[in-house]
Amino acid sequence: MQSRKQRIPTALVALAGAAALALTACSGGGNGGGGSGGGGSELKGVTLNVAADWSGAEQKNFEQVLARFEQQTGAKVNYTSYGTDVATVLGQKVDGGDPPDVAVIPQPGLMQQLVAKKALVEVDQATKAEVEKNYSKDWVDLGKVDGKLYGVWFKGSNKSTVWYNTDVYDAAGASVPKDWDGFLKQLGTVSDSGVYGLSVGADAGWPLTDWFENVYLRTAGPEKYDQLSKHEIPWTDPSVKTALETLGKLWGDKTLIQPGTAQRTFGDSVTAVFGDPPKAGTVYEGDFVAGNIASSTKSVVGKNAKFYDFPAINGSGPSVVGGGNAAVQLKDNKGAAALMQYLASPEAATVWVELGGFTSPNSKVDTAKYPDETSKQIAEALTGAKTFRFDMSDLAPSAFGGTKGAGEWQILIDFFQNPSDVAGTQQKLEAAAAAAWK
Amino acid sequence: MATTQTEVMRRVETGARGPRHRRTFSRRQLITAGLFLAPALILLGALVAYPVIYSGWRSLYDAAGTDFLGLGNYVTMFTDPETFTAIRNNLIWVLVVPISCTILGLIFAVLLDRIRWGTAFKLILFMPMAISMVAAGVIFRTTFQENPQLGAVNAGLVAISDAAGTSAGYPGARPRPDLGIENRDGGLELVATAGRPAEFPLVGVKPDALPANAKPAVAAEPKPGALTGTIWLDFVKGGGGTVGALGDGKRGLPGVEVQAVGADGSVVGTATTADDGTFSIDGVGDGEATVRLPASNFTAGFQGVPWLGPGLVTAVIILSYIWIWAGFAMVMIASGLSALDRSLQEAARIDGASEWKVFTRVTVPMLAPVLVVVFVTLIINVLKIFDLVYVIPPPSSLPDATVIAVQMWTVSFGGGNDQGLGSALSILLLVLVIPSMIINVRRFREDRSR
Repeated sequence: MQSRKQRIPTALVALAGAAALALTACSGGGNGGGGSGGGGSELKGVTLNVAADWSGAEQKNFEQVLARFEQQTGAKVNYTSYGTDVATVLGQKVDGGDPPDVAVIPQPGLMQQLVAKKALVEVDQATKAEVEKNYSKDWVDLGKVDGKLYGVWFKGSNKSTVWYNTDVYDAAGASVPKDWDGFLKQLGTVSDSGVYGLSVGADAGWPLTDWFENVYLRTAGPEKYDQLSKHEIPWTDPSVKTALETLGKLWGDKTLIQPGTAQRTFGDSVTAVFGDPPKAGTVYEGDFVAGNIASSTKSVVGKNAKFYDFPAINGSGPSVVGGGNAAVQLKDNKGAAALMQYLASPEAATVWVELGGFTSPNSKVDTAKYPDETSKQIAEALTGAKTFRFDMSDLAPSAFGGTKGAGEWQILIDFFQNPSDVAGTQQKLEAAAAAAWK
Repeated sequence: MATTQTEVMRRVETGARGPRHRRTFSRRQLITAGLFLAPALILLGALVAYPVIYSGWRSLYDAAGTDFLGLGNYVTMFTDPETFTAIRNNLIWVLVVPISCTILGLIFAVLLDRIRWGTAFKLILFMPMAISMVAAGVIFRTTFQENPQLGAVNAGLVAISDAAGTSAGYPGARPRPDLGIENRDGGLELVATAGRPAEFPLVGVKPDALPANAKPAVAAEPKPGALTGTIWLDFVKGGGGTVGALGDGKRGLPGVEVQAVGADGSVVGTATTADDGTFSIDGVGDGEATVRLPASNFTAGFQGVPWLGPGLVTAVIILSYIWIWAGFAMVMIASGLSALDRSLQEAARIDGASEWKVFTRVTVPMLAPVLVVVFVTLIINVLKIFDLVYVIPPPSSLPDATVIAVQMWTVSFGGGNDQGLGSALSILLLVLVIPSMIINVRRFREDRSR
């Protein structure tokens, strides 16, 4: 009803506002919080459609981020959730000629596909400047395809966090390790106390791929990591051997690792560490473990459930493997461009940061705004990392990096159960990769 | 082979009774027949014929559907180890399941036929059929979990084993490294000299798990002609203390069985540690002897069977399938049984045949038509098995449990995205099902013409 009445003014204002926009878009978010006082009206009458995979509580929080934009600019923003299968739904919308103005997508691979389809608009100069000002180089590069910037990484996740039960560590006299050797030593100390040092949920292969990626990024370095991600070097490369041997030394030590691993789900491995009584002291996975701890154990994150950064190996600098959600622009109009610039600003991220359950890769976000110490620490590790790389298995074709019972998942489960077979594992990985990348 | 196949096909078409008398139809009759058949034919064409033909065509192309591979996908199917496992597992299923279900169904039907509360039991046995396959799969997956705290079967086994008393002492205890203590067959051995106390600093036991009578460990007194020593928990709560040294409140391990082993490997003396962890074995003479802490001190007890591990998972899934379908077989056979002419059985009994003879020589032959129907139906169902195999195994053992239908889904939609290979697998499944279908159709025709 309302929209029908507004339709004529909408068109008029859109035309009239177009000239003014070039000026106002800069002031909208460019100064990192300009105009947050009384509601702006530069984009009054403009309606934008935004889509992402967030639903439920995440959708509500993101809508608050958009509400701030509406308040500042006077634009109207409609949010639609595309559910978990964003790639398919977005692909259909693009093919059908009805794309949203801006979409937030979880995969760099999808961004490349959309660029190949010529469905994306390169961000304008103002947004580009905003991104380069606020993000570290790795994040800027992740938003680029063929040297042009398309993506603004709005949300990030940190998969280089090692979670430990402080009660267990205190009882054993173990401390937070500084590097990989110290890590093995502390796990040994925990095991001496009669509680296993480490619990691994290897019933599905994805936690093991994350283990491998963290070790590989540290032992082989970011350049090799990029090459292996694109399968430009084979899995039989000596760098893979080093990483697997490093992992095999840990995984093969039966005194450190809680037995029964291949039958344990990832959720159960978290419960083994933070349940009552704890069966193990440490569990590795991404920042989302905090959610598992809160929902299925009585341990309290930040109190007796804490994390430390995935330990450095042979002096590797602070490195983080993770994921994220990037905003991309699908329609070339001023409203969409202004929204992109807004999403690149620390101000937009801060709205959600204060609501909780969110990590921003934006370096200019004041980490004091995070609601608790743990999420602050996660964010600082993410933005402070010298090297950030996207989860390698998410970059691979799903036949290799995302199929249960096949590809990298299953081969690493087999390796976990028989960590001495490094050469055979490399050959199997290479065979599976060759089949998936052909 | 090909000729018998076509022979069978021809006989099926013509009703297995030789050439039939040919009738001629008027044009009008043909149109009427065509009109009546049209809806069914269109539906069959759209839902059966077209998908089958399209799958066959698709199976000759690669994952993207652009490159023609010829029979490449079929070669991959039999050379790829995962797909080959699926075919092998399907063979196991076909060999084991229909026969087990039919035999169990027959036994239930015949036995329950003769007891008063038969119907009630039949109802209970038939009940699993009322549960959806996925729900049944979840039930079995939960019941057979390896962790005894989650899986009912292992919980029962562990309870029985604990009652039998195999768990004892200090499971998981291990010595500090580099002290000459060796692990042999689960027990610990140290070469010691009589007159010089042997030291066993052990770790890996929770301090809370020590018995209440454990006292701070002390160094054992050297005694001539005797092996003495101390076994203690070399761990201080919260860390600290000197590794491998007594003191700092470290407590002894009471009740550990200690053996002195002579040069010839025979046990020359035994002792049990005191509350402070000390032991003394007298009368072993001078010189070196081996102090052994037998494995019985450290056995963790029975930890449960990995039912859903690679080795047993197919057996568990088959068991769940039999649990469901034995009831179906029983009901089918029971209905056949109730339609039997009982006078033949009576006659056999009067002639002095034993019950076993009556069963094998009279009842079973008379039930043969029903048994074949049940058997063939089960073969077709088993070949197509998907849901239980998809639900029960944990992802780590799925490759060992997989069957053709699951593999078909995995390679086409479950991440593989190779619908060419998936189509090839579906065609294989179709080819495997056809013989049983032909047998079934033939039986129906024979029944009708009888």
